[in-house]
Amino acid sequence: MIISSMVKNGALLSAFALITTGIVALINAATAETIAEQEQLQLVRQFHEVLSPELYNNQLSEDCVVVTNDLLGPYKQQVIYRAKLNGKPVALVIRHITPNGYTGDINLLSAVYQNGEIAGVRVTKHQETPGLGDKVELKKSDWITTFKGTTVAAEDDPRWAVKKDGGQFDQFTGATITPRAVVSSVKNATLFAKSQFDALFLAPNACKKV
Amino acid sequence: MSELKTLLKDGMWKNNPALVQLLGLCPLLGVTSTITNALGLGIATLLVLVGSNVSVSLIRNWVPKDIRIPVFVMIIAAFVTVIQLLMNAYTFGLYQSLGIFLPLIVTNCAIIGRAEAYASKNPVHLSAFDGLMMGLGFMLVLMVLGAMREIIGQGTLFDGADLLLGPWAQSLRIEIFSFDNQFLLAILPPGAFLGLGLLIAAKNVIDTQIKSKQSLPAEAEKGPRARVTSLT
Repeated sequence: MIISSMVKNGALLSAFALITTGIVALINAATAETIAEQEQLQLVRQFHEVLSPELYNNQLSEDCVVVTNDLLGPYKQQVIYRAKLNGKPVALVIRHITPNGYTGDINLLSAVYQNGEIAGVRVTKHQETPGLGDKVELKKSDWITTFKGTTVAAEDDPRWAVKKDGGQFDQFTGATITPRAVVSSVKNATLFAKSQFDALFLAPNACKKV
Repeated sequence: MSELKTLLKDGMWKNNPALVQLLGLCPLLGVTSTITNALGLGIATLLVLVGSNVSVSLIRNWVPKDIRIPVFVMIIAAFVTVIQLLMNAYTFGLYQSLGIFLPLIVTNCAIIGRAEAYASKNPVHLSAFDGLMMGLGFMLVLMVLGAMREIIGQGTLFDGADLLLGPWAQSLRIEIFSFDNQFLLAILPPGAFLGLGLLIAAKNVIDTQIKSKQSLPAEAEKGPRARVTSLT
């Protein structure tokens, strides 16, 4: 008696598991392409924000190198995209992370020209305090655009700090830790790009579509 | 007909999932910092609620009592995943701003609560209507709270509506007043608790006033229900 009800219930449960998983799998297959497209669009939009699209003519998202370096963030491999005009190196678009935000990691995307000048910087992900640290977002404040056109002379360049520490970048009222973290992370990424520019363009492509 | 009316009254007011049953507080408090986020999560919850109520009602005569809970959970989880995938594909920006709260709909007790308390005992059309009303009631509270927090916190309404409704919605954004520093208390989670508390208080005041006007004949004393916010 009890065995038969166990078998019956087990069979019913597995039937439901199969049906529900089947539906999820179906929808997943149906939307996978659109989701990939959306992610691609998002990536291209981010590229356009940091680097003007007239300056290069290669498919940026399909030309990259993967790098692990302390200057770009402490844990993971970071992706660096290579912008070329008719095959000649133009700029590097670097993903980097700083763990020194007020509440966790700040993900950044910076573009650096061959001569070391910064083309643009954007914060792509953060959890900073709303109303204070979140002014690093372009939506909240245009602070992040002050990086455009700046250069880094050396590791100890005194301009690369917030004004409170004697540098050239504004801090926010009530939030100094966030801009400090962003400034030092952009500085490190730029230094890395400058020192490795040619080597990075010679490295094999890790994003090539097959 | 009167059954539909009771369901409407229950979902919107008398047994509102957010104001009376206090179910689904996690998303309620988490995403109501702007009215756009509130609307997005409200619609997602509404769809899941109607979908799960209809399917639970359809299978209610085939599933033995002993295994109904795992079956309900599977159905709800499937609906949430489907909605999540669809939102990821078609409202990408909103999907990113709702973040973790979208998969968390699965843990919204209002959904399994309605499946168990109503849909597993009633025919399909009534269950669908119940899901719709409960979902609308939940969404309305989300939106009122979102509007309150957005106005007090950043002085705007419908900020970022284009993430949900497409580029045309950018013109919906209303700047009511602007200040240099946002009012943080309203934006951070404590503001949501305070706002919800005020809403519940307001509902209780209105209920008391209605009751005092009606001067009902004395009702038999009932035992208090567990975990509700109305005073009697």
